[in-house]
Amino acid sequence: MHEVTLIEGVMNTVRASALEHDIVRITRVKLVIGKLSMALPDSLQFAFQVLGEQDDLFRGAQLEIEEQEIQCRCSDCQQEFVVDKDYRFVCNFCNGVNVEIIRGRELYIDHYEGDKN
Amino acid sequence: MVQIALGSNILGANELLARKNRKLFEQDGTLVINLMSSPGAGKTTILERSLEEITGKLKIGVIEGDLYTDQDAQRIGKKGVEVVQINTEGTCHLDAGMVNKALERLPASDYQLVFIENVGNLVCPAEFDLGEDFRVVVFSVAEGNDKLLKYPLIFREARVILLNKIDLLAYTDFSLEKFQADLAQINPSAIVFLVSGRTGEGVKAWTEWLLEEVSKKQNRF
Repeated sequence: MHEVTLIEGVMNTVRASALEHDIVRITRVKLVIGKLSMALPDSLQFAFQVLGEQDDLFRGAQLEIEEQEIQCRCSDCQQEFVVDKDYRFVCNFCNGVNVEIIRGRELYIDHYEGDKN
Repeated sequence: MVQIALGSNILGANELLARKNRKLFEQDGTLVINLMSSPGAGKTTILERSLEEITGKLKIGVIEGDLYTDQDAQRIGKKGVEVVQINTEGTCHLDAGMVNKALERLPASDYQLVFIENVGNLVCPAEFDLGEDFRVVVFSVAEGNDKLLKYPLIFREARVILLNKIDLLAYTDFSLEKFQADLAQINPSAIVFLVSGRTGEGVKAWTEWLLEEVSKKQNRF
């Protein structure tokens, strides 16, 4: 449900940047969302659609979402490994539990596209 | 058509405010806890029980997050601590800005320990840093074993898990072994206390640990 808040944040950031670049219409926004983040791509799409319809700058824009795998680094043996749906934050190589999450918590705007006047 | 690269964090605004809060909490060595759980897991009851153990020993403030009501704030207010209510008006989580505003009415420097009781929800609150020292998740045996893997982020990021309603253990299918095995994968360094808000069992062990954390932070600043 916080996806609406997140999309509001996306739109505010893009709006501020568009203003700086004299962009009057946004056509596409690309987000990168880590799989450990609790934001659901479908809900983000829905929020983007609903909020975008009420907004001259974003009306008709497409939202692209790239999902980022959860990637960890073992602090004991320095090996890197991917964590899947079993959420096993234990080193695949040495069974160490001092594991640092290096990817998978992302929530960022990669880029956007738009038209100038 | 123009393409503009941004690379900006969607939660950037929240993180800026969380840092601001954290700085405030460090000025006077106030220990701040973000208390989270699903609705009905027993956050408020455990908080009441904890306050019964520790009021009088130190100055405590409570920030109560709730969608619309002040029912919890009224309950907590009866325990002789300062309470500030935040009504999120439908928003499913607290954010750092709301806490920052609440601090105007509850200056952190007046307290050695501040509890922030988040909105009951295992999903959204996990995403928002409030500037707290650490997160405590109240999880109850009535919710079932599967919740750890269904909501991994909140359990991964908790420093402490208060496993509540252990008085109901015999009446549910909850397996303590499974819970421990799952937690050993998701968050092996989490500290677990088995508690019962109803009987008060286990609460003292948790508050004793907490008091030590309060003095550790006081000594650091």
